[in-house]
Amino acid sequence: MSAHQTNRDGPARGAGSQPAPAAVQGSFAMQQAASSREAASSETSPAYNYAYLDEQTKRMIRRALLKAVAIPGYQVPFGSREMPLARGWGTGGIQVTAAIIGPSDRLKVIDQGADDTTNAVSIRRFFERTADARTTEATQDATIIQTRHRIPEAPLQRGQILVYQVPQPEPLRKLEPHETETRKMHAWAEYGLMQVKLYENIACFGEVTTTYDYPVLVNGRYVMAPSPIPKFDNPKMHMSPALQLFGAGREKRIYALPPHTSVRSLDFDDHPFRIQSWDEPCALCGATDSYLDEVVIDDRGSRMFVCSDSHHCETRRAAGHRGAMLGDAAASGLIEPSPSSANGLVEPSPSLRGGKADEATEEQQCTTPPGLLRSARKDGGENGS
Amino acid sequence: MYVAVKGGEAAILATHDLVAEARRGDEAVPEISVAQIREQQALACARVMNEGSLCDPDLAALALKQAQGDVIEAAFLVRAYRTTLPRFGSSEPVDTARMAIRRRVSATYKDLPGGQVLGPTYDYTHRLFDFALMEGDRPEQPAKPLPASDGLDQTMPRVPDILGAEGLMEAEEPPEGDPRPFDLTREPVSFPAARDVRLQAMARGDEGFLLGLGYSVQRGFGGNHPFVGEIRVGEVSVAFVPEELGFAVDLGDITLTECQMVNQFTGSKEVAPQFTRGYGLAFGHAERKAMSMSLVDRALKCRDFGEAATYPAQQDEFVLYHADNVEAAGFVEHLKLPHYVDFQGELELIRRIRREREARRAADDDAVPEAAE
Repeated sequence: MSAHQTNRDGPARGAGSQPAPAAVQGSFAMQQAASSREAASSETSPAYNYAYLDEQTKRMIRRALLKAVAIPGYQVPFGSREMPLARGWGTGGIQVTAAIIGPSDRLKVIDQGADDTTNAVSIRRFFERTADARTTEATQDATIIQTRHRIPEAPLQRGQILVYQVPQPEPLRKLEPHETETRKMHAWAEYGLMQVKLYENIACFGEVTTTYDYPVLVNGRYVMAPSPIPKFDNPKMHMSPALQLFGAGREKRIYALPPHTSVRSLDFDDHPFRIQSWDEPCALCGATDSYLDEVVIDDRGSRMFVCSDSHHCETRRAAGHRGAMLGDAAASGLIEPSPSSANGLVEPSPSLRGGKADEATEEQQCTTPPGLLRSARKDGGENGS
Repeated sequence: MYVAVKGGEAAILATHDLVAEARRGDEAVPEISVAQIREQQALACARVMNEGSLCDPDLAALALKQAQGDVIEAAFLVRAYRTTLPRFGSSEPVDTARMAIRRRVSATYKDLPGGQVLGPTYDYTHRLFDFALMEGDRPEQPAKPLPASDGLDQTMPRVPDILGAEGLMEAEEPPEGDPRPFDLTREPVSFPAARDVRLQAMARGDEGFLLGLGYSVQRGFGGNHPFVGEIRVGEVSVAFVPEELGFAVDLGDITLTECQMVNQFTGSKEVAPQFTRGYGLAFGHAERKAMSMSLVDRALKCRDFGEAATYPAQQDEFVLYHADNVEAAGFVEHLKLPHYVDFQGELELIRRIRREREARRAADDDAVPEAAE
């Protein structure tokens, strides 16, 4: 973290004509006054501080982050701010990202594993507007990845930071509603209640029926909520070389996994932890080792399974992997044909299109020129700022 | 079809346009102005100011206009703006005893110094439509001679102060050293929460939620028997001491509603029996809010009086966490965000459990005839 942090903490507005923040960031009004004197070449909204939060708030959040990193899995209370996005829609992750992002970062935002789900688009736009953020969809190119509900399939690297949006940071909350009690349970490492719950699951259903937000034991000490990622992703947290930060805005808690931290999913010797598996590979890229979304394709029960990690799927298709339904998908306009290809309909391209719910929109989609959504997004980004 | 919530950016931009269109409604109807909302929908503005935690009638009116009258959305707008404002200090405590009274009623005394002042209230209106309002543009009524409000007494002591002078009312003492009140918008709350935190959380809490809780206290889910000691509505002046001046400067007047409930007494070997207090304060004219708050305030004091915290309204964690309607709305409404990754996990599990169950049953069925033979 330190390498990244020094990068960010320096003159944070090093880029071009951006004004450097005053030593003590007093107010947005001051910032506005300073910016209006500058040539307005910036895409960030001048009325607001860089990355929206004022510098005092960022400092407060960074302190909480440092404490969280020092005590892996421990929930650190922080003065969560009211954000211009709804509580419960990622304000914790947004505040963490806002506190660590700088002009040299490349930000990737995913929701359900995909870069183009509405809330991911909305949050990415927020940082494009307020932090002049360079964004990317490529997992390996990102320095910060903000996520809701997934960990990317591609292994994370040293130096990368994964920021989780957390709805309920307290893994014991469903067992004990009172914060005063759960804090004591953590202090005493009194986790028997959780083991009993898992045992009761096995007694009733033959196995643990928690499929997401599956509790983990961090560094042999704290039981931690991994956020509602599928348990499929739990093993990726273990000994990850990336820094993992968790922000719960509404609940006002931050916690963290420093790189190379032990993360063990709770289980029993005779009922070892296991992850989801599917009988068929991804219909688009043929992957057999990725988490799949189920897509209902007609009203007669037909389904296709596709990678939930959209970038992973695109990368594989670009590398020539072909799933069983790739041709159909391209023919019906589901996959963007590659403009350079003579036979564009079957050539896989790195970009997925979507937004269809019924026949009518399907027709529209088919007549939409390739890349329109993408260019609309660029226009939108510029207009919106 | 692949896939419902993807391809977001263009759709998001389009929805902003659709919202603007829906907000405007039929263009044949004149657009409503912020000033009209501020002046003619003042009670809604008061609610937005309370739940948005910002005393600014113009911004509250703007928020209501922008949110199409959705009060929680309007409060959200106000809060998201408020959080960006610099804090340059705290005002001097306002003195509600010196309020310029518009309305003041007490249920505990038939008459009292300053008298009962009914003021503007819907209490004794019959809830019959005034269809004349439907017409709008009513010809100006010749102004009725109003009972002169300057006839009001200059001194209107607060009822709990009257009781307090007799030693019958629980005293309201600042904590040791009179520290600056907690600011729950800047610091995370911990539990058990002190009274300044509780009052602050309720002041910005949802009126409907507090109303329901207050009602539950009255009906039996909480053992308090309150009397409205006093409700007063009016203007108080706000003073501020700038560091560089060192003396108080009057910033202006704000409208407040204050409610003090007198509850059944308590006492101990050391302290003679005293009535206990429930306190509510709100921006603007917001009696229902102030009354609900004062009921719940008293319920939340249970610990101070050695009462068991048996009921929801007595549990500070329950009340404080769930009274915040912006947080509550955010979390309830986040359920409409995509959850298909987690749902896929559930689908995978339930199908497998059912498959395994079927297999077991089939095995059992096979086993039965053999056993019969």
